[in-house]
This record gives sequence, structure tokens and C-alpha cells, in this order.
Amino acid sequence: MSANSAFNDEKGGSSSVGEPEYGHDPASGGIFSSDYKRHDDLKEMLDSNKDSLKLEAMKRIVAMIARGKNTSDLFPAVVKNVACKNIEVKKLVYVYLVRYAEEQQDLALLSISTFQRGLKDPNQLIRASALRVLSSIRVTIIVPIMMLAIKEAASDMSPYVRKTAAHAIPKLYSLDPEQKDQLIEVIEKLLADKTTLVAGSVVMAFEEVCPERIDLIHKNYRKLCNLLIDVEEWGQVVIINMLTRYARTQFLNPNMNESLLEEGSDKTFYGSDEDEDEEEEEEKDKKAEAPAMAKRKPYVMDPDHRLLLRNTKPLLQSRNAAVVMAVAQLYFHLAPKAEVGVIAKALVRLLRSHSEVQYVVLQNVATMSIKRRGMFEPYLKSFYIRSTDPTQIKVLKLEVLTNLANETNISTILREFQTYIKSMDKDFVAATIQAIGRCATNIGEVRDTCLNGLVQLLSNRDELVVAESVVVIKKLLQMQPEKHSDIIKHMAKLTDNIQVPMARASILWLIGEYCEHVPKIAPDVLRKMAKSFTNEEDIVKLQIINLAAKLYLTNSKQTKLLTQYVLNLAKYDQNYDIRDRARFIRQLIVPTEKSGALSKYAKKLFLALKPAPVLESPFKDRDHFQLGSLSHLLNAKAGGYQELPDWPEAAPDPSVRNVEVKDSVPEWTKCSSREKRKEKKVEKPFYSDSEGESGPTESADSESDSASGSESGSGIEESGSGSESEESEEGSESEEEEEEEKEKDKKKKKKELKKPVQESESEQSSEEEERKHERKSKQRKSESESESDEEEDSESESSQTESEDSESEAEVKKKKKAAESKPPSKPVKKDNKKEKKEMSLLDLDDFEPAPSPQATPVNSFLSNSLATDLEGLSLSDAVLSPATISPSSALKSYEMLHRITGEGLSVEYCFSRQPFSPDANMVAVQMQFTNNATSDTKNLHMEDVKLQSGMRVKEFPEIELLPAGEMVTAVMGIDFCDSTQAANFQLCTHTRKFFVSIQPPVGELMRPVFLTENEFKKEQGQLMGMNEITEKITLDVKCRNEHSIVQRVITAANLSRVPCGSDKECRFAGRTVTSSSLVLVTVATKEEGAAKLTINCEKMVIGTMLVKDILLALTQ
Amino acid sequence: MILQQQISVELNMRNSPSDPPCQSALFKGGHQNITFHQHVNPSQFIVWELLQDGPICRRLFSNSGNFWHTGTISCNIPELAAEMIHSLFLINHSGDIFLEKHWKSVISRSVCDYFFEAKEKAVDPENVSPVLQTPHHYLITIYRDKLFFLSVIQTEVPPLFVIEFLHRVADTIQDYFGECSESVIMDNVVTVYELLEEMLDNGFPLATESNVLKEMIRPPTILRSVVNTLTGGSNVGDTLPTGQLSNIPWRRAGVKYTNNEAYFDVIEEIDAILDKSGSTVFAEIQGVIEACVRLTGMPDLTLSFMNPRLLDDVSFHPCVRFKRWESERVLSFIPPDGNFTLMNYHVSSQNLVAIPVYVKQSITFFEMGPCGRLDITIGPKQTMGKTVEALMVTIHMPKAVLSANLTPTQGNYTYDLATKVLVWDIGKLNPQKLPNLRGSLSLQAGAPKPEDNPSLNIDLKIQQVAISGLKVSRLDMYGEKYKPFKGVKYLTKAGKFQVRT
Repeated sequence: MSANSAFNDEKGGSSSVGEPEYGHDPASGGIFSSDYKRHDDLKEMLDSNKDSLKLEAMKRIVAMIARGKNTSDLFPAVVKNVACKNIEVKKLVYVYLVRYAEEQQDLALLSISTFQRGLKDPNQLIRASALRVLSSIRVTIIVPIMMLAIKEAASDMSPYVRKTAAHAIPKLYSLDPEQKDQLIEVIEKLLADKTTLVAGSVVMAFEEVCPERIDLIHKNYRKLCNLLIDVEEWGQVVIINMLTRYARTQFLNPNMNESLLEEGSDKTFYGSDEDEDEEEEEEKDKKAEAPAMAKRKPYVMDPDHRLLLRNTKPLLQSRNAAVVMAVAQLYFHLAPKAEVGVIAKALVRLLRSHSEVQYVVLQNVATMSIKRRGMFEPYLKSFYIRSTDPTQIKVLKLEVLTNLANETNISTILREFQTYIKSMDKDFVAATIQAIGRCATNIGEVRDTCLNGLVQLLSNRDELVVAESVVVIKKLLQMQPEKHSDIIKHMAKLTDNIQVPMARASILWLIGEYCEHVPKIAPDVLRKMAKSFTNEEDIVKLQIINLAAKLYLTNSKQTKLLTQYVLNLAKYDQNYDIRDRARFIRQLIVPTEKSGALSKYAKKLFLALKPAPVLESPFKDRDHFQLGSLSHLLNAKAGGYQELPDWPEAAPDPSVRNVEVKDSVPEWTKCSSREKRKEKKVEKPFYSDSEGESGPTESADSESDSASGSESGSGIEESGSGSESEESEEGSESEEEEEEEKEKDKKKKKKELKKPVQESESEQSSEEEERKHERKSKQRKSESESESDEEEDSESESSQTESEDSESEAEVKKKKKAAESKPPSKPVKKDNKKEKKEMSLLDLDDFEPAPSPQATPVNSFLSNSLATDLEGLSLSDAVLSPATISPSSALKSYEMLHRITGEGLSVEYCFSRQPFSPDANMVAVQMQFTNNATSDTKNLHMEDVKLQSGMRVKEFPEIELLPAGEMVTAVMGIDFCDSTQAANFQLCTHTRKFFVSIQPPVGELMRPVFLTENEFKKEQGQLMGMNEITEKITLDVKCRNEHSIVQRVITAANLSRVPCGSDKECRFAGRTVTSSSLVLVTVATKEEGAAKLTINCEKMVIGTMLVKDILLALTQ
Repeated sequence: MILQQQISVELNMRNSPSDPPCQSALFKGGHQNITFHQHVNPSQFIVWELLQDGPICRRLFSNSGNFWHTGTISCNIPELAAEMIHSLFLINHSGDIFLEKHWKSVISRSVCDYFFEAKEKAVDPENVSPVLQTPHHYLITIYRDKLFFLSVIQTEVPPLFVIEFLHRVADTIQDYFGECSESVIMDNVVTVYELLEEMLDNGFPLATESNVLKEMIRPPTILRSVVNTLTGGSNVGDTLPTGQLSNIPWRRAGVKYTNNEAYFDVIEEIDAILDKSGSTVFAEIQGVIEACVRLTGMPDLTLSFMNPRLLDDVSFHPCVRFKRWESERVLSFIPPDGNFTLMNYHVSSQNLVAIPVYVKQSITFFEMGPCGRLDITIGPKQTMGKTVEALMVTIHMPKAVLSANLTPTQGNYTYDLATKVLVWDIGKLNPQKLPNLRGSLSLQAGAPKPEDNPSLNIDLKIQQVAISGLKVSRLDMYGEKYKPFKGVKYLTKAGKFQVRT
């Protein structure tokens, strides 16, 4: 039931006058005659005082516009109502105005003042819609007014109005291109806007007004990347397409250099390049020639380039096909080869969508599958064709299948093709035959099979099928004609039956070309053709002339007269091409005294060996158009298409993207993820179980957390104040704080039950820390209070996220805070080496009161070092086992980040061999950060952890400040899942991101256990056979006494010594950290340094690796 | 607004008519700059209006010996400003334009003639190419519910962007009025027009979230239209919808229900191709979770599965927190109000897909005499112990089949003479007594025996089971105090389920 019809029913009589308007379609221009009166009636209604009458009139007028009828004569009557109070009338008047203002410029000007007033309205919706309409009135006179309005709106409080301003920019630009410079200024201003609402619209304006001004993007690049996931779908598409172009101008080609990088840390990104095709290689060679310097210098991906790839990837899961396609093309054009594969799955998913979407996606897949066949091979079957698919989809799927065909899958594909040939859809059958032809040319093995199959098709009843087969067979024969003269003969016979011109032409060409193979038939065919010459199609005629010429040259005896006859016929043909050809050929082949030097070469000209045609996909090289674009689809440049630039040879200065404003970078990197921004709508308890910066890694603790989270969630329902809107959230800050405290209390209680008692102290301090955060963010807020409300929004977001962070980093931070609540220790930075020793030796000196607070510049710094200290403390209760020899005076440390690559920041890590108390299954990694730069480093934290499946990471707490020249340590935990796979992640500072990785030696994947001799023997007895590895070794000269053996083994692996009766044997035991599998090591010494090393472990991989490591330790 | 007209002529030369071009020439600006490109693909289209230059060019290259050529002449008119979607025309099945909307200057209806021409050529409306090029415009069309949504584009724009938007328009109309048909649109023409006005500004999508739109333009109800006529109230909201500004544009503020309920339908469709012998050529499962959530306030829901690892590929409503899914494989979201599609997923063929029915069929056409035989039996295969319902077989017969004289043991059949579609509606599948359809087909006299056998399309439903084995383990709600009613329903359907014969 519609409003409109309901209204008509109500009104009955009065509206029935207008009713015929819907029914019949008056002749064009009829309005001015018979309809005129009816419009009078509308005018009356518009002039009345009643809003309801006006509304009814406007509705009828709009309905007429919708049907495409001319109602321009009502303009004066309508425009009067522009100031009408009734919002619906007003809206409809706007609709009318936008439609007719261009035609009635003078009258339209009458309405301008209303909009100017509207621009100042306190209601943001009215301001926005006034600007919308004003900018939609295409009247040149008001350009200055529009310009002014846009400028004003661009700095409006409301992001919605600013968004409208961004929309108005291209409108004004199309009206008056002279305004470009001024508009660019506005665009520049809006690009700096931090709301997601504006981002999409302003980039759209940028693309339409000044796509060449790529420099405007620099400063906003990182912001746009980080905002992307929260921008509305349509904006995402525009931004992604723009950033693709941007990246092509600013970064280096990630595929230009195949060699692995020096840095092991980046290995994962370029490690697997195996799925390249050969064509691709060639392609690359061409391109790679240009950047010669690339060969010298290894390629390192710009972090900003990586940022773009990383932030767009989740959007592959978007429900919006356009967004998925935009990301897919971005990956195709920008990602290193090894990473492009991720898009295949998403694109295949789109094939289930509406047929129009399928059509576009398949076009793009067809192009991609030429370049990167491997990518779609696993999805081969998804491209199988159903008889119910629309023809254009069938043909495209066929194209993809053909592109994917290779030696291994060709038999399956050909079997599929066989079923397609029987289809009722003849166009599709023709396409299939062509596809078979292409498979046959590309894959030599199946050429004969295909040819035989096609020859069988020659007896098909459908002429189209036969014709198509002929054309394809012709191409195949061209490759090896000598073998197949019988097929040529067979085809010669077909000329009697086949009527399709293209097929006839093909047969004739074939006979002419290979007339030596069919010397008897060829002249006969020419005879028949000469007979029917006049009735043939043009292309057939041309081929008849061709055939005649060739026969004349090879067999002039038999065919001279026939050729003459054909050429004479052609001479008087209607088509100039044919006349031309005949004249040309006659001169060339028939020697006369006048004929030039060319005729000598006639044989060479005509009977030259023709290269076999290369059957190419029509989609080859289409990728020079940006994929997903209209131009790509049409394979022709559409108006307004922006070329996708080639990669630069040398990367432009990356520092242009640095943003000076201190706050903005961390702010955006922090509240990047969509969930976070949403999270703030949610009641507090969710923060605890919400994920932090680095999704997957959190899973470990969030599992345990979520239980408590949901519990406290139910608890908070009483104290929570229902749903809170954004605005009120700000106001009730203090309330929330209280709430938070309450929550925390509750949580605390719950946790106290689970956790050891010592932790309760830390709870208290964590609360303090929490408050500190609050306070800090509050301060910031009050500073920015004078600014626009939206900025406040984002401000509060960031503060929210901060507190979130602190909570989500749960355990580690608690540790740190616990430490903080204790009397601060003496500054460790002064003597780092000493600290290490002390820690491992459990020296309680660490907890002496600190000499002076000034010595420790920042809390976090202090607390971090303390956190490591605390590790030492917890060790004391855990390791009660009698470790006969303390693991290590010298823990081996590894470099994570060199100070040169780290721009002054250097990081080393070592395996501290202490249990990681938040999670017993994790290996503790102690990191030492040193700031060698001259400036402070802030917000050191980790992000984007890339792990093998099953691995987990507990991040180290963020280090807020690392002053220049200082050093700080932090501990993180990694569950390596008993494998020596590296954990890769990004180390982020406030300005930069570094890719780093931690790879554990196998010896660090275990923890010592205490066993008695008997237990040891018993366990060893159970780990025989496959689980035992024995190796004969010759001990190093320096290492032949028991002590040094023990020392070296324990340095190599985190094991504990097992007492042993014999002094010829040293035994060690440990368990792997994750799976707690026993690891037993025995070193039995014999005379002259000979020894036998035995390792029993049910994890054979660990065992073998450990043998190698210990072997190395003992023999060197 | 034509600043500079550039005419380029492109000629592709070949060795023989069917070869791909081996050389092509590109002329620009009146034959002055001649450049040769290797492998420029032949363009498919010719602007005949500009062919006054044509013959000269053609002559130039037609004399070159063995070369074949095709020539194209295209004209690039640099546009001053672009906009994404310029105009929209709604066209009904019979080809009448019944609604037009222009977001910029008016484009004449005659532009649709290019579309009509293409529609004429393609026999089936589905076979009309979604993207058409005309001399000055590009037409992007979708076909939905027997209506064509035709948009006019003037410049480069990602085609999917437009297609997706047009589908969104159709979805919105469906959502507002319950169906998307010509009569419904014409009954509500003003509302539709207002919607289009809100959805697109200067050709760029503005508000496409149904919840936002519903606050700006209220969907019609009988009660409201009566009240509005009496009071002079309006259907148009006068404040900015909260969703428009917030980070969760899909949910409106201040939702209130007396009965709070959240229902989820897990619907799976089996896409399969079975070959003649009944073995599976290809099978996969496409699933969707449709939600109907009517909850007060701002609830935060978490939906978890017993076996999320089954899901091979997923796409979400924007409300779903992607990272949460990545890390924990649970769906965490603040739901939109009302009906929405929460998630689409895909279970690939790697995991064995259960095929619920088997089909024994033989369709033969005899060389002698104009007749053929048909015998189809359907039986249960892997049904997870449930009953197969709403079983239906659709066969697109070859054109030559005049009529069918068949006897079903269960259900009934119809044969549409015009479309040559045989539909056998079986209903419930009884494992004890397998349904069978057998009989003779009569062919057009004199017509050759159809070469191929038609394939069978099967429709079926299995209630209370998701064939992939996916199970929802629990739904938790945070953020609100009340206890909602929760429900999950499973349904398996045949998607594109085809048996080749």
C-alpha cells in the first residue's frame, strides 16, 4: 500500500482530475495544448495555503517528472514554495528545482536566497541539503555563491556537511572549470579531514577535479590507509582505486628483483616465488631491464607499500562486489607475486553473485589468468559451465578454462569441452571449438587428439559447428601441413556443402596454401569456385582470387584460363577491394612487357612460408588497463580514464608521507581497526575480550579472557546505563570512570580467585595505571575542546583505544604495573650486563629502593625493565628443581634490528630461559632496545604478527618513550608450537615500522625438568627405536672433561642435568615447552675424545635438530 | 562542451580473415601522426557517424597484399567533469521506460535505443550484455525481477561499482515495498524518487544503508498515510539519521521492541554438476546466514559455531568484526535492525559434499520415427536421515520436442510448449517408493534427431539440516539487560544442481 495511492483513495474526487496523467501518454509537447488546464489546477493547489494540497500537487508533479514528462511551465508556481515549512514539500520542490533550474535560470535565481539562508541553519541536515541543492543548480551565474558556500561548508562543524561540500566540488568544477585552483585548495583542506565520512567523498572529488595532483595525497596517505576499513563501501572503492595509482608512482615494483633479501626477516614476503609462469618471466625481463640499479640493490618494500597491502586485505571479505574487485586489482597491480594469490578465492566467491557481477568478474579473471595462471588453477572447477548460464558468461568461463589449461589438467578440460560441444547454444559451441583450437596450439601433446576431434565435428549436422571447426582446423593444419593432407582433401570436399563465408574462405586459403599436397583437387576446387564466383561473399571472393593466383604460379598449365576468368570477373566486381586485388594480382603474376621488377618475385611473395598463427587470448595484454575499470572491460579507453603509471625506476622520497603533527600518526594507527571504533559504542566489559592491535596473536589469551569478560558482562548490566550515544559518552566521562572502576573491582574479584595471590597487588596498580590513562586523555580532550566536535569524537576514540590497549595487553601489563607499585628498583639501564646476570641469579638486590626517581626518566621505561626483573622473581617459585648448573652465564643474544636499518633503533633479543609466567607454554624472549639516534623514540610496540598456524605471541607492553641514547629491555612470550619457525611481526615506533622476526634455536624450545636416574632410565626405555637418535662424535680438545661437556650442552639447549652414577656419562632432561614431550640427552664419553651422543625424544624433528646443535657445540 | 575532438583510426591487419591482427596502425588527428603498435587488439566497435573520413583510411590499407584488415574509428571527447552515474531508466519486460531519474543534466530517452537494439539481438533478456558502449555514453544494465535497471555513464567508472549500486537500489525497493515490480514502483513513484534522490548525489552514492534511508524517508504503511493526510504530517524525516554520522551506519538509534528476538537461518545451497553416470563432476556448498534481529537498544551479539573450520571463504555484512573472526572464528557484531544477511560462506569441494539424491535417467531420441523416450527415477542418497522435500525436476527440452506424453508415479508434470520446458513437481521423496517419470516424447515431423540430451535441473529442500554439517553452538548477547528469544533454523536447498545426460 503506498502513500500515494492511499492518498488518492482518500481524496477521491479532487485527485481524480490528475489521475489520467498517470494513465495515458500525451504526445510530446502535448502539455502546451490540452494538458495546460490540468496544470492550472496544479498551480492552484501550489498557491493554496494548505500544506496538504501543496504536497499533493508536488507529488503529482514529481510523478510526472519520473515518467519523463515536461512540467517546466510550472516552474514559477513551484519555485515560490521553496521556503515552505513542510519538509516534504520542500524536498519535492528541491527535486523539481534541480531538474529544471538549468532551463529556467532567471527564475531559479529567485530561490537562491532561500538556500543561502539554509546554509546558516542550526540543523546540519538543512545546511547539508541546502548546499546539495544549491550546488546542483547548474546556473553559471551563481558560481561565486557556490564557491563561497563550499568553502564555508568545508570547515563546518558537522562532518555530514563537510561530506556534502566534498560532493559539491565536482559539481562546481563541471559548471566552471576556471575554479579549479580554488577548488584544489578546498580539496586539500578536506583531504586532511580525519573522519571516515568525508574521506570517500573527498577522494572522489580529487579524482574528478585534479587526479594529476598526486602530491596532495602524500601527507594523507597513511591516514587514508588506516581509515580505509571504516569508510563506507563506495568510498572504499574510490580510495582503493586512487591509492593503486598513487602506489604505482611512489613505490618500487615488488617483483623487479627475484633474489632473496639479505635480511632474513623479510624472507616470508618473498620466499615463495615458485608459481611463476614462463610467460611471466619474459614479461618481467622486459620490464626489469629498465631499472638496472635494481640488480645491484636488493629490493626492500617500503613500509607504506606494505601498509596499503595489509590494510586492504580484510576488505576482500566485503559483501560489496565492487570493493572486492577494487582490492583484487590493487593486489594484482601492486603486490609481490607470492601474495597475489589471496585474491583468487574472493573473486571465485563473486561468481555466485548476480550474473552482471559474474560477467565483470570473469572478464577480469580472464585477464589475470593469463598472467598468473597458478592463482586460479585450484579453482578450475568453479569455472565449469552450466547449461543455464547466460551465453556471455559461458563464453567468458570458456576463456578462463582455456587460459588455465596446461599439460596436467588438459585431459579434464577437454572432457568438459566435449560435453559443451553438445550444447544447444550454438554460439557457445562455436566458442568451445575455438577454445579447443587454442588448447591444441598451446599444448603440443594434445594437438593430434584435438585435431581428430575437430575433424569428427566436420560431419556434424549443424553448419555453424562445421564452419567453426573448419576455421580452427585450418589454423592447426598450418602448424604441420605435411602430415595432414588427407584432412585437407576432406575439407576440400566440404566446399560443396558449407555455406558460411568464413569457413569457405578458410578452406580456399588452405587449399591455395598447400596446393602441392593436393595437386589434383586444387584445380577442381578453383573450377567450382569460378563457377559460383559472382554469388560469393566478399571474403570468399578475395580468397578465390588468392587461390587462383597461387595455382597459376604453381600449376599454370591447368589453371591459366581459370585464373584469367576469375580475374576478369573480379575486375568488374562491385567491391573496390576486390577490383583492387584483381588488378594488383594480375600485374604481379601475369608477366607482360610492362610489368615491373616485382613480378619476378611473385612466387616468393605468394608462396612464402607463412608463420603459423599464434592463437592468443583476446584478453592478452589487457592488463595495461587498470583491472576492474570500465576501460578494461571494453578494452578501449573510456573518457576520464586515468592511466595506470608504470613503476618508477627509483622510488621517490618516502619521507614526503611523514606527517609532522605528533599526535596524528599514533592516533590513526591506533584506532585503525573497525572493531575498535565500534567497540566504543559498546559497554566497557567488551574491551577486555576485544582483540588488540594484532588480531590473531591475541587469540591465546582472549580465549581465557572471554570467559571472564562475559561473566563480568552480565555483571555490568546492572550498573551499565543501557546504550550510550556518542555525544553522551563524552559528557558522562566521569561516570564512566566510576563504572570502569566498578567493573574492575568485579573483574578483580573474579581474577583473584583464579590467580595466585601475589597478583592481586598488581590489580590495584593496573587500576591506577588505567586512571592515569584516563586522565591523560582527558587533558588532551580539554585542550581540543575548542575545536570542532568531530575532532573531539576522534579524540575520545583514541583515548578509548588507549585504555583498551592497556586492558587488552592484559597480563603483561599487569606484571609491569605490579612492578611499578613496588618500590622502583635502581635504574637498570646503567648497567645492562650486570642486570642480566643478576636477574638470572635471582638477586633480590633488584628490589632495593631506587636511588632517585629522576634517574629514571619515564615510568614505562622503568617498569619495563622491572617487568623483566619480575620474571626473575617468578622463576624463583617455578624452578625449585635442583638445576645443578645454572643455565648460563652468557645467554646468547641475537640481533633483531640493526641500528642502521632501524634508523638508530637497535634491538637484540635473547632467550632468557625463564618460564614465561602468563603462559607456561610460551618461551620467554627478552629484548633489549637501544636508541642510538639523536631523537627520542616513542610508542614502541609490536603489530601485525605473522605466525605459522598454532603459534601464539604475547606482546611486550608498549614502551611509551625511549629517550635518545637510552636502553630498555622488555619481555615477550612466544609459543613456537615446538617448531623452529620464525615469528614475524612489525616493530612500530611513532614514525616507522620495521619488519622483524624471532627464530628460536631448537634448544630454546624446551625447559629443564628434574628426573632421578631411575626415572631417566625408565623414560629412556620407553623412547627407543624411532624415537632414539645416536651419533658418534669426537669431542673438541677443550671439551673433554665432564664440566665443559655439561656447560656446552646446557648452553646449546635449555636442559637440566640428571644425576648419574657413572662419570663416563652425562645425562640431561627437559620437556618441550608446548607439548611437554620429554627430551633426554645422553653423552657417553670414551677414550681419546670419542663419545656417543644419544637423544631420545618422541618429536623426531626436535630430536634431529637437537642432535645437530649439540654435536656442533661439543665438537667445536 | 567539446573542447577538442580527437579522431583516431585504428586498422588491424591480418594474414587471413580469421587470424588475429599481426599489425595495426593507429592514426590520430587526421592522419598526421602515424604510429605503429604491435598487438593492439581489435576493437569491436565502429562509430559510423564519424565515417566521413572512413573510406580514405580504408583505401589506404586495403591494397596491401595479403593483409586483411578491420578498421575502427573512435572518437575521444574529453569530458570536463565526470560523474559516476548520470541517469537511471527503469524499463519493464516489454521494453517500456516507466521511470527516469537524472542526477545531472537530462539525457534523452533515446539513449535507451542502443539497449533495445541489443535486447532485440539477444533472444533471452539474460543474454543482454550488462555493459554497452554507445557513441557518447556507456550503458550499464542489470536485470532483476523482470525489470531492467539501466544506468547511463559518461566516463570511466568501475563497472561493478555501478552494478552493485543498481542491485542495491533494487534491494531497497524490495525492502521498502515488499516486492520490486513495475506496479509497485509506479504506485509509490514519489517515494521511489525521493529514495533515488537520497541514494545518489551527483552520481555518487550517498546513503545506501536501508536503516539510514528508513529514517529519512519512512516506508509507507497504511496507518501512517492515513495519519499524514489528516494531520498534514510527512513521510520525510527532518533530522539527520543518527546512523549517517555514527560508526555503525547500519543501525538506527532508539530501537525498541516489546518482544526481543533474534533469529538466524542457516541456508545452504548445493551447487553441483553430476555427469551421466551419476558421479560428481563438481560440487560445492554456498551458505548464507540470514538474520532477523529485533532487539531493543544497542545489543552486541556473538555467534559462535561448533565447527567454524569448515568454512572455506566468507564475506560479511559490514557489521561483523573481521579481526575477531580472524582470531577466534566467532561472529561478533552489533546487528542492524530487522532483516539482513549476516554472512555468506563457501564450503569448497575439497571437503566432500554430500549429494542428497541420485538420478537414474535415460532420454533417447530415435532416428526412426518422430519420437523419443524418457525415463527418470530419483532416489535418496546422502540425506542425513532427513526427508527430501519440494523435489522438482526441470528440463529444457530441445526445440524439436513437440509434446510429451508421460506418466509420473508421484507428483505431476507440465510441459510448456512455447518455452520447451518440462517441469516435474514431485514433492516429498519417499525412499520406499521411488518416484518415476516415464513415457514418450514426440518430435516435430521431419526435424532431425536432437543431438544432445537436455540436462536436468533439480530443486529440493531438506529442512533442519545444513548439509555441510555447520552448526551454531551459541549466541551471546552483551550490552543489554533483557533476555532475548533466540532461534536458529537450518535449511538445505539445491542451488545450481545439474545432472548432465
